Amino acid sequence: MKAYSGVTVLKSVDFRVEPGTVVGLVGENGAGKSTLSSIITGVVKPDGGTMRLDGAAYAPSSPAEALRQGVALIHQETRLIQDLSVAENIFLGRLPHRRGRVDWELVRRESRTVLDSLGVELDVRRPVRGLSMAMQQEIEIAKALSRRPRYVVFDEPSASLGETETEHVLERIRSLRTAGAGVVYISHRLDEVREVADEIVCLRDGSRVQSWNSGDVDKEKIINAMVGREFTYEHVPPQPSRDATVLEVRGLGRRGVFADINFELAAGEVLGIAGLVGAGRTEVVRAIAGVDRADSGEVILEGHKLPCTSPQSAIRAGIVMVPEDRKGQGLNLDRTAEENVTLPWERELARKGLLTRKVVREVAGAQARRLDVRGSMALPVKSMSGGNQQKVLIGKWLVKDPKVLIIDEPTRGVDVGAKMAIYEIIRSLAADGMSVIVVSSELDEVLGLSHRVLVMSRGRQRGLLRRGEATPETVMSLAVHSSEPAASPPISQQ
Amino acid sequence: MRTTTDHAIHQRSSGRGGRTPEGAETGTSPGRDAGRGAAGIAANVLRRVPGPLIGLLAVMIALSIMSPYFLTWRNLSNVVTQNADIGIMAVGAALVILIGGIDLSVGSTLALSLMTSAWLYRSAGLPFELCVILGLAVGATVGFINGVLSTYGRIQPFVATLATMSAAAGLALYLTNGNPINGFPEWYLAITSNDILGIPLEGIIMVATFLIAAYWLRFRPSGRALYAIGGNAEVARLSGLNVTRIKIGVYVVAGFLAALAGVIVGSRLDSAQPTAGAADLLNVIAVVVIGGASLSGGSGGMLNTFIGLLIIGVLNNGMSLLNVSPNLQPVVIGVAIIVAVLTDRASRSRQGA
Repeated sequence: MKAYSGVTVLKSVDFRVEPGTVVGLVGENGAGKSTLSSIITGVVKPDGGTMRLDGAAYAPSSPAEALRQGVALIHQETRLIQDLSVAENIFLGRLPHRRGRVDWELVRRESRTVLDSLGVELDVRRPVRGLSMAMQQEIEIAKALSRRPRYVVFDEPSASLGETETEHVLERIRSLRTAGAGVVYISHRLDEVREVADEIVCLRDGSRVQSWNSGDVDKEKIINAMVGREFTYEHVPPQPSRDATVLEVRGLGRRGVFADINFELAAGEVLGIAGLVGAGRTEVVRAIAGVDRADSGEVILEGHKLPCTSPQSAIRAGIVMVPEDRKGQGLNLDRTAEENVTLPWERELARKGLLTRKVVREVAGAQARRLDVRGSMALPVKSMSGGNQQKVLIGKWLVKDPKVLIIDEPTRGVDVGAKMAIYEIIRSLAADGMSVIVVSSELDEVLGLSHRVLVMSRGRQRGLLRRGEATPETVMSLAVHSSEPAASPPISQQ
Repeated sequence: MRTTTDHAIHQRSSGRGGRTPEGAETGTSPGRDAGRGAAGIAANVLRRVPGPLIGLLAVMIALSIMSPYFLTWRNLSNVVTQNADIGIMAVGAALVILIGGIDLSVGSTLALSLMTSAWLYRSAGLPFELCVILGLAVGATVGFINGVLSTYGRIQPFVATLATMSAAAGLALYLTNGNPINGFPEWYLAITSNDILGIPLEGIIMVATFLIAAYWLRFRPSGRALYAIGGNAEVARLSGLNVTRIKIGVYVVAGFLAALAGVIVGSRLDSAQPTAGAADLLNVIAVVVIGGASLSGGSGGMLNTFIGLLIIGVLNNGMSLLNVSPNLQPVVIGVAIIVAVLTDRASRSRQGA
């Protein structure tokens, strides 16, 4: 994953896997784990450096090429074609044929053999659609193994799996090792990694920082290595928030996604939500903003329970959300910045039912000045830099000064200068009494901006830390929490 | 297996191409080619002229040279009049296409609503004014069904309107067992035979429809919303727009306008034919596409749709004047569609560069 323009994702990493061993690869969000696995399996090309496979030079030009040479990748999300049969998925792209026709007999027999060897009982003729995530993951593994690879990279295979299913995957990895294959296992769940890996390698900010034999290291040491960096930016501590509670979230849950989220938010307070990718942070704020429906619990704004059934109702009540996906959910890139800013407010801005260009220009211009947007507001947003696009997106939601501003990944894909400007915006909005919820994968960001930090893992709230209590170590140890109920969180819960 | 990456993995660096967001900090300044004297201004003006208009002017100039009769008031007003029904339907189709949908049922809706009014008049003996209003209501209802099927029903608009197209066409035939109904009140026939200040009434209705739609799209919040929905429905939804309701509304308008076109067709022929409008669907879509709208939604407008209508109207009219075989005329329209889309794309990429 080459993610951000001009940003170095991975620098000078040395990495080695022996046949018959398992290497665990750990690191924070964005540390470069997925990039490394993508390079090894031919998904992306490195800008420099060399790879050797069993002594020979190795430079795969594509995943297919890597597979031919015996290196397979098992992806975080399964990539099966839902309406094709299990057997056809396993043999996708290399269906054997005899006398000009697909040899289904052979396909089914071979698929059954692979699945049997994994201990999976399944009709290989049924379509994939309707199978559980865990079963699809098994098929994905069978698909990789049917090529008899000598090296296998697992990129967070357990991210969407429960405990028993994860145990199943770990079992596969052990049997692969016994069979003499080299395995790279990437996971956020440190317990699993320590359980299965022979060696653990930690990446941070695109560099290899440390490695251990897995017997020699405890979880704490790994966490320290994952987060142990100096803070990149000087963060000014936020002004104290006021006493008045603005937003109250009680027992909020959405089946199979997150459950039992509880917090209060005061006027002028910034609440950070931290957690690893897939912990359910975005899902929680989407439910608060009425974008997805919650199944249980309630959202109370200034003493009134909100229906939370649609974005409209939340916006009208004064809860707005800057979504994480600027291009897909935030801005209409082909339209002008002006039109984007006024889009949610057209009805309110119209005079006698008419929306004039003049009003649009005035309102958008006011936001552009307030947030210091550079570039013409009358041009399509796509002509702006990422930082200015993000400011336009924030401005869009400030037109009617909301009571609660939710910002999901406030600085994704923006340069350093704009990043600092956006932090300043958030700080001054809070100082003026607005309540803000910041969701971010960047620990620095959450810790630097927030009065309190809510840490999530696997859809549960693992702790609510005050400023001062919240350090990279305390947040990370809650975030990698993997057992089901939050039995004894190491940090006092508010 | 060993990996050593000496350098680093970079995204395509921002310096190399303007593609990355950061690279375009001030790349597109408004006055890029301004201030280069007359040539620059001329180029700027030319760029602002919509592509379809250039096409229309080219066709008109060519035809006025080839036929002396072409550039007469009588002929040009004929062009507008003869295409009034197509134009009215094209307004609805353009709105539907703008939100990223498609309405295949317009022609059948025209037939069904026309046959309904005529049948109510003939069989139930209702006053014809009321019958016309009920016919318009039938059109709006078909549109409502289209809207509900493609939103709440989650059926792709192509499939949903394919189904209603078939059903409406069948019902139109069923009402009278396939027979036409003739003989209507004087005032009804007057819609297509009277002039106001030398302009036929049906042309005025058609132009008024365009103007109202253009006004709505430009100034009314609910009209602006169509661009937002067509551009990115998820952005629109998260911005608090009621996407479902607006979409249904657009299909209702399209159905109503198809029925309105039916009123004109019935008046023109002094006859309600169950197969009226059957051949109109492709013309209507051609008008919108020649006007530069994208079938994926989010772009297009009433001025360009009107120009698209004139291009098709003028081409058909010119070919009749020049005695081109009627069998060849659709071939020319086909070529016109391709030329329009290709030139439109070329001019867009020039602007976007």
